[in-house]
Amino acid sequence: MAERCAVIGVGQTHHKAKRDDVSIAGLVREAAKMALEDADLTWSDIDAVVIGKAPDMFEGNMMPELYLAPALGAVGKPILRVHTAGSVGGSTALVAAHLISAGIHRRVLTVAYEKQSDSDAMWALSVPQPFAAPLLAGAGGYFAPIIRAYMRRSGAPDHIGRMVAVKDRLNALRNPYAHLHLADIDLQMVEESIMLWDPLRYLEACPSSDGAAAMVLSSEDAVSGHYPPAWVHGSAMRSEPTMFAGRDQVNPQAGRDCAADVYAQAGITDPRSQIDVAEIYVPFSWYEPMWLENLGFCELGDGWKLTESGATAFDGDIPWNTSGGVLSSNPIGASGMLRFLEVAMQVRGQAGEHQIDGARLALGQAYGGGSQFFSMWVVGSDKP
Amino acid sequence: MTDQPSAGSGEPIGPVTMLATPIRLDFDFTPGVAQSRFLRGLERGTFLGQRCPTCHKVYVPSRGTCPTDGVATTEDVELAGTGTVTTYCVVNVPFAGQSIEIPYIAAQVLLDGANLSFMGLIQEIPADEVRMGMRVEAVWVAPDELTPSLASVRYFRPNGEPDADYDTYKEYL
Amino acid sequence: MSPAAAGRTVRPVSIASFAQAQNVRRDDVHNEVEGLLPVIEEVFSTIGITKDDVDFICSGSTDYLIGGPFSFVMALDAVGVWPPRAESHVEMDGAWALYEAWVLLQEGKADAALVYSFGRSSLGDLGEILTLQLDPYYLAPLGPDIVSLSALQARALIDAGKASEADFAAIASRSRRDALGNPKAQVRQDVAVEVLLADDYVVSPLRRHALPPITDGAAAIVLAAGDKATRWSERPVWITGIDHRSETHSLGARDLTTSPSTASAAAMAGLGAGPVDLAEIHAPFAHQEIILKEALGLDDAVAVNPSGGALAANPLMSAGLIRIGEAANRIASGGADRAVAHATSGPCLQQNLVCVLEGA
Repeated sequence: MAERCAVIGVGQTHHKAKRDDVSIAGLVREAAKMALEDADLTWSDIDAVVIGKAPDMFEGNMMPELYLAPALGAVGKPILRVHTAGSVGGSTALVAAHLISAGIHRRVLTVAYEKQSDSDAMWALSVPQPFAAPLLAGAGGYFAPIIRAYMRRSGAPDHIGRMVAVKDRLNALRNPYAHLHLADIDLQMVEESIMLWDPLRYLEACPSSDGAAAMVLSSEDAVSGHYPPAWVHGSAMRSEPTMFAGRDQVNPQAGRDCAADVYAQAGITDPRSQIDVAEIYVPFSWYEPMWLENLGFCELGDGWKLTESGATAFDGDIPWNTSGGVLSSNPIGASGMLRFLEVAMQVRGQAGEHQIDGARLALGQAYGGGSQFFSMWVVGSDKP
Repeated sequence: MTDQPSAGSGEPIGPVTMLATPIRLDFDFTPGVAQSRFLRGLERGTFLGQRCPTCHKVYVPSRGTCPTDGVATTEDVELAGTGTVTTYCVVNVPFAGQSIEIPYIAAQVLLDGANLSFMGLIQEIPADEVRMGMRVEAVWVAPDELTPSLASVRYFRPNGEPDADYDTYKEYL
Repeated sequence: MSPAAAGRTVRPVSIASFAQAQNVRRDDVHNEVEGLLPVIEEVFSTIGITKDDVDFICSGSTDYLIGGPFSFVMALDAVGVWPPRAESHVEMDGAWALYEAWVLLQEGKADAALVYSFGRSSLGDLGEILTLQLDPYYLAPLGPDIVSLSALQARALIDAGKASEADFAAIASRSRRDALGNPKAQVRQDVAVEVLLADDYVVSPLRRHALPPITDGAAAIVLAAGDKATRWSERPVWITGIDHRSETHSLGARDLTTSPSTASAAAMAGLGAGPVDLAEIHAPFAHQEIILKEALGLDDAVAVNPSGGALAANPLMSAGLIRIGEAANRIASGGADRAVAHATSGPCLQQNLVCVLEGA
């Protein structure tokens, strides 16, 4: 029953701490227009729009699909608004892909964004509630104890996190759209950055960015554009409860199940050898080794060894986060979509300076909440 | 709105790039049946958890359902004020609304008898001496200051017991 | 469906089960999870299934009702998603969550889905909250409230000669009377039009009765395809068409007396293929029923909102999903053969969804 689905256009903004040169509408249009141009299409060619972002409270604009409908050419068309926490950029793309695969539409524009500078995201995340101690100090305070648990469990040495922080920032130097371009990044610079949530230092955490991402997805009979399409080989979402007895937050079952599902669809049995490039949601450096294990790129406890060996570096055998990743650009709502978008660019051969030669099959992953929401897709240059 | 001459001098004025429009919204908060019991427990200086009738795990505080079984939790379980630090971080970042001097320890504390840890503040020990497995006890406010809120728990502090064995809490990280 | 894909074979999907919470002005006792739990239990137990029988879950809600981010996250504890499940969420009325689930069933990615939504409208000031739906640069800072904007729409309708204040009162009177037959409704009353017309204006020309009540509520639906649809229902209620469309945001650029997005969604959903016995229309303000009825092309033979509609209970984020459930229930019980359900979102009916249902 399912139709083939292709990515035929991608677009993104220059991600920055503050995009005060554009409104929210201007921001999303910047990415959307670029995706349309890449697909060699105009607004009128689009059948439907699927938009995603993280909590509405970040910008103080409730259900922004209403305000943004005209800016995204959605007047007279269907527009859906997805919100699945930090994984939202990924799940938004998946909802758009389902509209194609189900045969309901032929061309769907999908957009995700965050304009964090318009409000105070840290405030929105730390709304005082009478029953929770106000201790968290943002997402880092939530994830740092989990990272400590991973370090204890795997016996990973301290410098692994710093290696990831450097590697992703070096990759970002290849990506003109990345927020952080730290030309002189090295291990010492990370080590000398301020300790925010011990064991996490400032440079091991993602920045706070304004930015948007967009893709045009199409059915097989509607493929167009300046680059060959990226074909969707598999897609999956998984959720588990936020807190429960015995929950493994270091290696969540939902992530393992989601990966197993998407691999089965794409015919992947050995991710490390079959996947050419991967863009994985790593907002804090230590999540690279953690997700290497969760996604089955190695045995449990060996993720940090893979990172240490350089396997995930740009010239490694499984380059991770060639765009610079979330550690280099984090427009929250769009961060998941940027992962999905980067792997589409890779298999389409349009990634420029951050292109991995011969990338033909790639994995994009996003996660959200307290690592209980996952969305993934596998795209390839060959038809599935 | 760019570079239009101003009415008076003829000098160009800059573009308007940002307008602050403060939003204030007030909300009531409904704790619900289960959390109300937990809060009433705090008012008496005790931690009240609830047991799932299906998997028998004890949640504190319970939000009224077992998160894995999706059934109502009804049986109250009174817990001791002692527990184990399963993991923690040292918060060194200032944020709006913060009331504690940084750096401080935000720890996951697994209360004895509970099956889920919750985040608590650790005090009365230098930050660099806190460790996973450390045994702690709750320090409550004075009896006449107890309220149905987590403000009744000032913080947790080491209770002097030897550290818990990693195997006893590794499932709760 | 888009015209481009109109030739596609639609996979039959049924509304297998529907449940809703008691709609009340304010539920001070239960939190979101506790309010949702009995609804989820009922939507499963009615047809003798459990959460293990559905392979997709989708919910609709908004953080602005409880004033904290990620409100949908904890609500998931009312389901118990363990082992992990394929699950998604729209920051929209549950009717759009149902649409997302329907798409997955069309694709064949799932055979049965749980859809739910929850909205406690009583916790904040709804008038102030809904203002934040407006253009954040040019409109929201001016602070227009939703009642005033709806009053502008009602005034335009009167000025166009399409309705009178007495028409609004008649709609409210009928809705409250019909709600007497709906034990879950909030405003249930046999009250004459003349009595209602003696109400004060809230914002002229809207009197108290032309406004929706403030409602705490929740709702859930189970969708089923294939043999599950026939196994779980004696008389399956099939979704024969579903579509949704948006209009532009600027009220000044719209003819507020019409709802072209409803009309086009209805056309896409195939509403015109035959007559309907009843319509469940999501018209939070009385005058909007007149606009929507015209957009849906309904004549006076069609029973409109036999449940009492949104004027009898309007739990934000659930009221649209409830329309689909109410319409389905009437078909399932044999009271109707073909029905249309409608949901709306945004100021003055900006965005609309139309779902056509048929009994086997």
